[in-house]
This record gives sequence, structure tokens and C-alpha cells, in this order.
Amino acid sequence: MKTLLKKLTETASPSGYESAIREVIRAEISSLSTNIKVDALGNLIVTMGKKTDNGLRVMIAAHMDEIGVIVSHVEQTGLVRFSNLGTILPQYLAGSRVVFLNGTRGVINHDLPDDLHKIMPLNKHFIDVGATSGKDCPLKIGDVGVFDRSFVDLGKRVSAKSMDDRVACAVMIETMKIIKNSPHELVFVFSTQEEVQCKGATTAAYEIEPDLGIAVDVTPSLDILGIKMQVDLGKGPAIKVRDMGMMSDPRVVSWMESTAKKNKIAYQLEVLDVGTTDAKAMQISKAGLPSGALSIPCRYVHSPSEVVDMDDVQATVNLLSALLNNPISL
Amino acid sequence: MSPQTKQVLNVGKAQLDLLEELTNANGVSGNEIEIREIIRKKVAPFVDEINVDGMGNLLVIKHAKKPNAIKVMLDAHMDEVGFMIVEEDGDGLYEFEHVGGGDERQFVSKPVSVGSQKLPGVIGSKPIHLASEDEMNAVISQQGMRIDLGPAGKGKAKRGDYAAYATKFIRSGDAIFAKALDNRLGCATLIELLKTAPEHVELLAAFTVQEEIGLRGAKVAAYDFYPQLAIAVDSTPAFDFERPDGNENTQYNCKLGGGPAIYIADRGTLSDPRLIRFLTEVAEENKINYQYRQPGGGGTDAGALHLTRGGVPSVSVSVPGRYAHTAVMLARISDWQDTLNLLQQALEALTPEILSGDRA
Repeated sequence: MKTLLKKLTETASPSGYESAIREVIRAEISSLSTNIKVDALGNLIVTMGKKTDNGLRVMIAAHMDEIGVIVSHVEQTGLVRFSNLGTILPQYLAGSRVVFLNGTRGVINHDLPDDLHKIMPLNKHFIDVGATSGKDCPLKIGDVGVFDRSFVDLGKRVSAKSMDDRVACAVMIETMKIIKNSPHELVFVFSTQEEVQCKGATTAAYEIEPDLGIAVDVTPSLDILGIKMQVDLGKGPAIKVRDMGMMSDPRVVSWMESTAKKNKIAYQLEVLDVGTTDAKAMQISKAGLPSGALSIPCRYVHSPSEVVDMDDVQATVNLLSALLNNPISL
Repeated sequence: MSPQTKQVLNVGKAQLDLLEELTNANGVSGNEIEIREIIRKKVAPFVDEINVDGMGNLLVIKHAKKPNAIKVMLDAHMDEVGFMIVEEDGDGLYEFEHVGGGDERQFVSKPVSVGSQKLPGVIGSKPIHLASEDEMNAVISQQGMRIDLGPAGKGKAKRGDYAAYATKFIRSGDAIFAKALDNRLGCATLIELLKTAPEHVELLAAFTVQEEIGLRGAKVAAYDFYPQLAIAVDSTPAFDFERPDGNENTQYNCKLGGGPAIYIADRGTLSDPRLIRFLTEVAEENKINYQYRQPGGGGTDAGALHLTRGGVPSVSVSVPGRYAHTAVMLARISDWQDTLNLLQQALEALTPEILSGDRA
């Protein structure tokens, strides 16, 4: 799975501009279903299986978009000012490199600070693409880019930018490959624009009208700092109980727990006090539906070098496939 | 593209008179009735269907005259930012709240028009000769302000009455000074486009309510129309002055004289790239002056439109205006005319093929 993860994380596709990652994912799953479509917001929607008598229509969503930058102004000096696509944390900017969809590469730094110990806001940063003036700058207003960081194999663990949420896309792809005789209609959605308030999942859920929604995302793990209620790397997938956008349906949480126990998959419970996932959008779609989420613990979320544990990733595939291949009674 | 002569729109006396009537009327978010009635009367002679929905949106349809028409929604909000009376404070003085975004520092001394009787008043604060030195140097907060209707105003206004700035429209050369150019410019634009709508387009025009307090009307209007694509027409701030320190102004948002501002991204919407490309091509081909609005903050009704039902490819186009959300906005007639022509040519060039292929 490391090869797949490398391919996915090294693709540049920020929120709103997901065509590159869509094609990479499409190539991975095109042989798995004849029902593949792309909707108005660019979601890649793959339907597998048919609903049997006791089956459900389940929507499983992992977002394809990553956080990124968008050019707001090219200065006369050739330096480029930018705004954010999704939550960009200023502390990760100075010294980072970015790559734009037109191939341009650049480095980020900032204006002279009044106080060297204070982190400067986004609008005091700029991107240097090596241009000597605005006239020879290969970028223009509206051009979009992402962190430029390659995948690195650390053994049991791996690091890359956009583990959020490409690792979940990988989990979904691997799960789709081992779906067998599921009693359910499974609608796998590689969603768009999650980082800018779950837009893709909102419109996808509206059309799909699922009976049950599951989001697959990363969850921040600061286990090295010993913070309470943090999930840990290496302790298995996290079953989300609540985050800042959603309270998981308790029946969904129980179902996930009992399935994990039955299949001897180590898991954690997650109570998150920052952020949310596509499950929030699914839960309140139309007349509402029971929803929950599975999370892959991840260190340094939204940094250019996020870290996940490959055993957690595999265990998430095992749990997700066990959930989807078997009857569900909530 | 049709080989016929292209329709060129001009901003002349009729258009300016319409804009004057729209901007002088009062329609603070939640109370857009006066604006809606002006618009309804104006469009009735040349549209096919007119409806008002449960929230007060004015929904207007001009049917296509050709088969396989593309369903396009144009959206312009009718509401403006303003105030609401909260409590009488004796002798014609009233505590108030603001409705929609507004810069508190700019409220004091502004003439306002209160309630359905349009009572004249002024926003005042504690008289300066009674203020302490600290108070003189501090920014006045809204708590210390009152709408003053004068002594004869005692008991005349009540809690819940709306108040709007009392600015009157003035035209000076290429400049227009008025309140609520955000978004009566958009409303006037839609009215003009309804007149000259091309025959191959099913034109769904929504004059929406309550944009300034959360895109509330647009959400509902788009659910009803559910078009193939949507264009929000609005007005956006131009912060285009030179910087006092001589450095380059890198946060101007857009510029007066730069023509219609096409949105790439704002706080609420990532415009559909196919529509950004399409509008750019139309502008280039017709040699219409245009600019891109800087990605970053702000929002338009498109924030609600694109999330409707299964999703609607959307983009916004705005007329640049200085001093948005204050008593007097400033816009250029030439920018408005360029906006009209860009949208007219866009409607004429629109085919379903624009949306073929995946979003981006």
C-alpha cells in the first residue's frame, strides 16, 4: 500500500481543483465497477453492489482535496502574495516549498517581522518563484498550488503532505478491492472541497440519499505530547464518537466497536475538540441519516509532513471491509 | 456563435433613473418589500412568470424561444445593510442595532430614514464637549450611539422599525454616489438583461432577500430554480488607493475602472473553473474591460447557490465599488456598463457544452 499512498500523496490537487487526483483514483478503481460518475462539484462517485432485503445504501466518503494556496497578487518585485484554500497554519509556512498546478515551484517566506518570536499572518507571507519582476513571473492571480513535499518511507511509519486525506482514499481503494458479496449498495464517494466546509459531501449526499453515512478521514494525534483524549499512533483505527461538527449516531459507534471486537481488530475511541469531517454533511442531508466516521491517527495534521502508521492504515482497511461486507443492524 | 449583430448595452438615462429609484428606496435585510415592488413593476412587461416565494424572493422567468435551452440562474440580492430600532431612550433618541455588516466607526453623524414613514433622523453620540479626554481618543462604540429623531420624534418610532441611510443618489460624470449600490447595481443589471435575454436561454432571475445576513434568500430561491448553472451579480469593495508608505498595495480586492470583477475564490465559494474560463473568453473576444477579484475573503449569494441540491456550477461577477456597507458608495458608470455587456455576451455565447467535461 505504500506505493499507492506515495502516488496519491504526491499528486497536487487542492480544494476546488481536484481533477489530477480524480484521474489517479479513477485509474485505480475503474475495473471495480461499471457505475462510476462525476457530479457537478467534481465528486467521484463509485457504486458497488445491490441492496438486498436487509441491506442498506451506505455512503462512504473520503475527500480527495488537500489544503493549498491561491495567488492573490503578483508584485512588481516578482514576489507572489497568496490566500489559503482550507486551513493553512502560518507556523508551517516560512521555509516551505510549494508547487503550482502549472508546474511553477516556489519557496515561502515573509515580510520583515517587528518581533522575531511572533508568527506572522498569511497576508504577510509571500511566495518566491525566482522571478525578477512581475513581468517574468510565471504565475497570475487565481493560480493554485499545494505544499511541495515528497513521500518518505520511515519503515513502520511514513510521512508526506496530504495524508489528510489521501491515506483515507488509499484505505477506501483497498477496501473496494476486497468487497465481496456485500448485502448492501455501497456508494464510495471520493469527495471534493472538504477542506472548505465539506461542500462535495453535501451535494453528493443529497443525490445519493443514503441510509447510512461513514466518513473516513485522519484525526490529529499528538500522542508524543501526552495530551488526554488524543488517539495514538499504532493503536489502530479510531472510531469517532464526536467532533466539533457531529455527534456520531451511538448505534453506529456500537456497531463499529462490536465489528472490531468480533474481527479482533484493535481500535480506539475518538472524542475530538477541533475540526470535523464529511460525516457532518451526510448526517444532516435532507431528512437526515445515521452517520459516523472512522479515523486514521495522524501526527502533524495540515503540516507539509504528516505521519501515519502503516499498521493503523491496514487495520482501518480490515475494519472498513468487515463493516461493509456484512449485514448491518443498528 | 450567432452571426447576427451582437447586442450592445448602454447605460443611459433610463438605466440611471432606474438605479436612482432603486438606491433611494429602502430595503434593509428582512424588509425588502419596497425594492421588490419597484422591480416587479419594471420587469412585468417583458417577462413570462413572476412569483414571490415564502421568504420574499422575487422569482422571475423569461422562457427560451428555442428548444433544448440551457437553464441559467442569475441572482442579485435586493437587501442593503442598515439598522433596527431597539428601544426608545427618551425625547426622540433611540437605541439601535445594525443589520448586516457595517463599520461601527462610520456610523456616527450619518443621516438615516426610519420606519415605513421614513422619519428623518441622524446617528449621534455623546456630544464632544461633554466627553472626557479618554472618550475623545477612543473609537465610539455602537452602545453609546443613538438615532436621534429630534424632539418631535418622541414616540414616533418603535422597536423593530427598520432604518436605512438617507443618502440620495447623485451622478457626477462617470461616478455614481449612492447608498446600497451593493446590490442595487446587481438588481438593475438583472433587469436590463431580462429585457435583452437571448432566445436559446431559459433565464431564471432571482432577486433575493437577506443576502447580507447569511445568503438566506438565495438558498431557497436556488432550491426552487435548480438551474444548470448560476451567476451571482453583486458589487464588491475596491480598496484601490495607493498605500501611504509608498509600498505596493497588494490587498486592493479589485479596482475602480477595472471593469467587472470575476470571482475565482472568496470565503464561501470556489467558482467553477469552467465558468471562470468561459467568462474570460467572452470578455477577451468582445474586448470588454474586466479584472479578477482577489481570492480571499468576502462572499456572494453563490455561496448558497452552488450547494443547492446535487450541486450547481456557479460563479460571481461584481461591479467594483468603494466604501461598501457605508452611507455612500462610489461606483463608475463605465464599470457598470462593462459588467452589463460582459453578462449579455456571456448569455448569448452560452451553450450546454460550456459544462461538458468534469469540473476541474
